[in-house]
This record gives sequence, C-alpha cells and structure tokens, in this order.
Amino acid sequence: MCLAIPMVLVERDEFEGVAEIDGVRRRISVMYVPEAAVGDYVLVHAGFAIGQVDADEAARTLEVLREYADAMVEL
Amino acid sequence: MKAPDRVLLAHGGGGRLTRKLVEGLFLPALDNPHLATLTDSAVLPELPPGRPALTTDAFVVEPPVFAGGDLGCLSIYGTVNDLAMAGARPLWLTWALILEEGTDGELLETCVRGAARAAQEAGVLVVAGDTKVVPRGKADRLFAVTAGLGVVPPGRELGDALIRPGDAVLVSGPIGDHGATVLAHRHGLEAPGLRSDCGPLAALVEALLESGAAVRSLHDPTRGGVVTVCHEVAARAGLRVVLEEQALPVRREVAAVCDLLGLEPLALACEGRALVWVAGADAERAVAAMRAHPAGAGTVVIGRMAEAPAGAPPVIMRTRVGGERPLDLLTGIDLPRIC
Amino acid sequence: MSGGPYSDPAAVAGLLAELRTAAARLEHRLTLMEVCGTHTHSVAGAGLRRLMPERVRLISGPGCPVCVTPVAYLDRALALAALPDTVVCTFGDLMRVPSSTASLERARAEGARVEVVYSPRDALELARRSPELRVVFLAVGFETTVPAVAGVLDEAERTGVENFMLLPGNKTMPQVMRVLVDDPELEVDGFLLPGHVSVITGWKLFEFLPRDFGVGGVVAGFGPTDVAQGVLELVRQALDGRAEIGNVYGRVVTADGNRLARELVDHYFEPADEIWRGFGVVPGSGLGLRSRWAHRDAAQIEVELPLPSEPVGCRCGEVLRGVIDPPECPLFDSGCDPESPIGACMVSSEGTCAAWWRHERWAAGAVR
Repeated sequence: MCLAIPMVLVERDEFEGVAEIDGVRRRISVMYVPEAAVGDYVLVHAGFAIGQVDADEAARTLEVLREYADAMVEL
Repeated sequence: MKAPDRVLLAHGGGGRLTRKLVEGLFLPALDNPHLATLTDSAVLPELPPGRPALTTDAFVVEPPVFAGGDLGCLSIYGTVNDLAMAGARPLWLTWALILEEGTDGELLETCVRGAARAAQEAGVLVVAGDTKVVPRGKADRLFAVTAGLGVVPPGRELGDALIRPGDAVLVSGPIGDHGATVLAHRHGLEAPGLRSDCGPLAALVEALLESGAAVRSLHDPTRGGVVTVCHEVAARAGLRVVLEEQALPVRREVAAVCDLLGLEPLALACEGRALVWVAGADAERAVAAMRAHPAGAGTVVIGRMAEAPAGAPPVIMRTRVGGERPLDLLTGIDLPRIC
Repeated sequence: MSGGPYSDPAAVAGLLAELRTAAARLEHRLTLMEVCGTHTHSVAGAGLRRLMPERVRLISGPGCPVCVTPVAYLDRALALAALPDTVVCTFGDLMRVPSSTASLERARAEGARVEVVYSPRDALELARRSPELRVVFLAVGFETTVPAVAGVLDEAERTGVENFMLLPGNKTMPQVMRVLVDDPELEVDGFLLPGHVSVITGWKLFEFLPRDFGVGGVVAGFGPTDVAQGVLELVRQALDGRAEIGNVYGRVVTADGNRLARELVDHYFEPADEIWRGFGVVPGSGLGLRSRWAHRDAAQIEVELPLPSEPVGCRCGEVLRGVIDPPECPLFDSGCDPESPIGACMVSSEGTCAAWWRHERWAAGAVR
C-alpha cells in the first residue's frame, strides 16, 4: 500500500511545494518535510512528501549494487 | 473563417444559423470542391484500382484540446490511420460533429482548424459533414464521428492470419505519449516535454510496404494500448507474443506519469504509432525503411512471435531483470492507484 | 515499471546468484511473507517470484488495503454516494470492489456521485470549489497514507472548509501481523517489511516480531534489487540463526520514521477496533477520528445499510491469511476472476487471487 515516488523539490514555502521527476511536475504538500530544501529528493505519496531521501544512504546502496553487478561481469 | 461566440441549438437546426456555421467556418477551413457543393451526398470520382476499404470511428477526448493536438486533428488522424493499418491508401473522409449547446466558439474553431490541418497533412479530403446540437448537459462539449474511404492497391495482402512464429514485432516510436498526455492533464501533472503523438501513418506505411519487407499485419495501438493489440493479434494468429521490456521505447516523462499514477505504458493509448508484424528475416529492412521516414524515426523491434503452448498466457514479457511475466488484458479503464 | 539503478539487470543477476548460493545452505525451505500490496505488485511486475531459489517461498499476506476493506465499509460508502448533494471521492483502487450490492463503479454508472482522485487534496479542492456539496473522502490505506488524510483534514480545519468529511477506514499493520504470527495454521519464517509504511513508522516499530515471536523481518523498497536485497538478508538471518529487524531501504527508512507525520495523525485519529476482511475484528488496528472531530466523520451520518453479506463460497479470508493458495478456493477462476470479481482478493491488481490469476495459474497448469 505504498505507491510513492522519489522526486526532486523544485519550489517550496512552508506548506506547499512543487516536485519534479523526469520532466513531470506536481504540486505537493511539504508539511511533513520541514527540513527538505529545494534540490533535495523527497518521497511523494498521494500528493504529500512523506520523507526525504538520504543521499549518502542512496550512494551506499548504489555502491553495493555496483559490486553485485561487477561480480556478474567477472564470471 | 468565423466561429460563433457560443454554439446555440439553432446552429444545428438546419436553418440560417446552420448555414452561417457551415459557410463561415467549416467550408473555408476544410476547403475542397466536393464539400463546397453542399449536396446531400458527395459524388466522387471513380476509385483507383484495388479493393475499397471503409472505416468508421467516434471520438471523445477529455480534454478536447491537449498538448500536441485536439479533437479535430485526432479524429482525422484516427480515421486515416485505421485505413492505413489495413494497407489502404486513404482518400475521402466524412466528418460529423455532435455539439453541446453552449460550447465555446473558440473551442469549436480550434477543433475545426485542427481537423483541416490534419486532413491536409494526411493528404485526404473531407467531402461530407454534418452538425447536430444537443441541449446543454446532453453531451460533453463536442463529439466527432467519422467515416473514411480508401483503396487497397491490387496485390497487397495484410492480415493477422499471415503471422508466423519467429516474426518480429516493431513499433514506430515511443509508446503511451497520447494517453500519458491526457491523463497528466486530468490529474494535475505538468509536463512541458510531454505531448500527444497523434499524427498520420499512411505515408509511413507506404514507405514500409515499398521496402519489400514481408509485412504480415499492421495495427495502431489506440484505446487499450500495445497490450490490447497484442492480445487481439495473439488470438487471431493463434500464436504467442513475447515482448522484451528492455526494448520498449518509453519517454522518460511518460514513464514518470505512469509511476506517479500507478499505470503501465503498455496500456496507454498511442494516436500516431504503428505496430508492425513482419517476417523475422526482414526485421532489419523494415526498421531501416521506417526510420528513414519522419513518422517512424523511433522504430524499434519490441518482440517476437512464438508458438503458443497450450494453456499458457498468449502475451508475455521478458522483464529487464531476466524474469517473465504474463501481460493480461486490461480489466476496466485506467484508474490511478495508490497501492 | 521504469528502469533505473534499482532495476539494473546486472545487479539483480548478481544478487540472485548470491541468493542462490546462500539458499543452498538452508536446512529447510523458508517461507517469507510480504505484507504490502506494492511488494506483491513489484514482485509480479519483474517476474521475480519464479527467479527465487527453490528453498525460498515468497507468499503474500494481507497487505492490500483494498482486499481487507470490509464489505460493510463499501456498503456505507455506497449509501453515502446515494445521498442528495453528496459526492464520494476515492482512490481508484476501491472503484471495482464488490459490496453487498454493487461496486462504486457500478453505482456511478447508475447515477451515484463518485469521483476518483489521486490525492485526498483533490477531494478537498472539490469541496472548496463546491460549497453546496458535501464531499466525503474514503480514507483507506495503511500507515503510509494516513498522514495524507490527516494533512488534508488539517487544511480543512485551518482554512474553514466545512463541507469536507472522511469515512475512516485506515488500518495499521502491527496488530494484524501479530495475529498472523500467532496463527498455528500459518508458518512464516520471516517478513519482507513494507518500505513506505516504515518511512512513517520507522523500522523500530517491528521489533516486536523478533522480541515476542522470534521471527525476523527486513524492510525493503520496491525495485527488483530492493526486493532481492531484502530476501537475501532474510536468508542470511536464517542461516545465522538470527531473528532481527534489518533495513535495506536506508535511503528513505530510518529507525524512528517521520515523527511530525505521526504527531499530526495522533492529533486527529486514535486506535480503534477494526474489521479486516478474512480476519474479523483485529483490536486496535484501525484509526478512528477522535470525538473532537466528529463533525468530519461521515460514519456518523445516518444511512440505510443492507445486511452485510459475504459471497457464498468465498475463501478470501483464508487466502489473506496465507493459509490457502487461491486455486483452493472453489470460486477461483470459476465465477471469480478479475473481469468479474466476487471477493476482494480478486479486485485489486495486487490482491493475492488477482496476482495468482494473472501469473501463477499458468505455471501451475491450473487453467480450466
């Protein structure tokens, strides 16, 4: 029960913002991510940003995935 | 060319206002000698050699004007494309409108101009038309109904029964553009880079058929998208369609709209794309011929036909990650989901 | 399903290879349950189930909020939609769920005012634009969605939109998970935990699983690599004899989740006993509006309701509890299919029965 998409915040004020992914923008509520700044990635569900994407953690995950991918190439 | 401010019931009454509408808007826009006679029926020159092809279509779209088109051009392209998919050269169209009382004149004019432009681009003539106006609330602004007449040149034979295992499935460009455009509009998504793909396919089809590639069958994936056409073809050909997820051309904006609304590009309408079934050995030749034409610049092979194992799904997709999933026929219309 | 690094074929292949190696060392087959409709959907979408090693069995639990919405809720929604000057707004997911009489989709065709919305904000906007109408939003969904509902209520209160109400139907996960783990008929070795529920709740919420039941869980996202990472971590736990809460979705899931969201939810809602289709009453698993907000509660509106009736022969309950596979229900593919669903498990595209009908019945040779 969780269709939520990471999108980049392109505009915000206290409660309202605009988020974008791959050239598609939508007005969203940013009431639950007071610390998210323009340029940050937020997770959007049902018109609300419900959390922020941790860029460091994302990078860590991508690194792990790259290792798995590389392991296949070596075979 | 002049449209009234607002559409009134009298515009459909057959009297003076109707005449003003026809002579002031439709005739100048659609400008051709057949239409100008304003007789009860257009009597046309003899058909070129070959078998006549006839199609009819009804057009309803919300919003009636969208990025990349409008109800007017959509209705012309849609009709022309139906003929082209049968291998016919489109010649003459009829165009009838059902208008809601109170419809904004500018909207009507936009659609009429759109239809005119589309007819010119597609190289067809709108030779007969009609207008009816219904009371407010009995229709949603405007609906269009068309008929199209074309000719299949002698010796040209297309049909799903010709499809064989090993045949390639091609699409002429990115999928889901039209469906994503209208859905984005309806659900408050802004995507400046997104536009409907609506456009004529007849010239592209001629280029393909002239290439000498053994084309079996053609279909345009309108309502219901690519997946619906694949099911129809699989059923008629008695074979299985195997699509490759990695090969599917999808614009990033279309993918994003689908991700946001919980929809699938394969299920969204295209209004200017051709799905082509061609002999496996001729796939490259077909791709090259189509890519050489502007309407087919994005042509790619998206799958192959195979024998249909008994009791097995007729349409499957090999996923990006090496899995396989059956692609089911849609149940119901596209509804955005939360889950 | 779009591409991106979490669908990277090489990474998935690498993970699956690692998973196969690990699973080969398992002493017995692991049964892992996911409790999130979006997990069901993404596993099916990538064709992952059949790529799982033999010793790993992935089953679906009651993670589809549509499937577990009781018939009585739909009956009430339909009754509200039939009232004068009332519009019912709903997520698309609920439109085709059968009630004791008809679905919302059918009711709309027969003249009831029903609107599909992507966000509850759209419902509030409708209320704002049309003060002469009473707008009722069908609030279903799990912890991921409740903050959106609370947020909209808050906006309605702050900006004085009086004609906006909810029909509360949101549910929370932990209580029903306890029921599942407690069920002697069901043997679950571990849970693939819902990634986006956890964004709100934090993963610590699930610590009761290892603590009280000795069962582990891993929070995972929804791309194929995320699911594979989650399953791999669960297999590793089993091999090590560990039962813990793991998290492979660290890019959005933290231990504590979104406290601000939970506070606002708490301001408007309180735990209530709730009926889950197939489970009966699960105490404290629902979210009801606090009495202070009774003026927003559409359940308080008097309507005539039919006697709720579950279809005869429907075994959705057992399917939802993971006790039987869909083909064991007598109605499966024999009157009940996605085209004409009888039970809720068949309606939602991730309902277990619908997912099975679409993907598994071919493999099982169970096609009639």
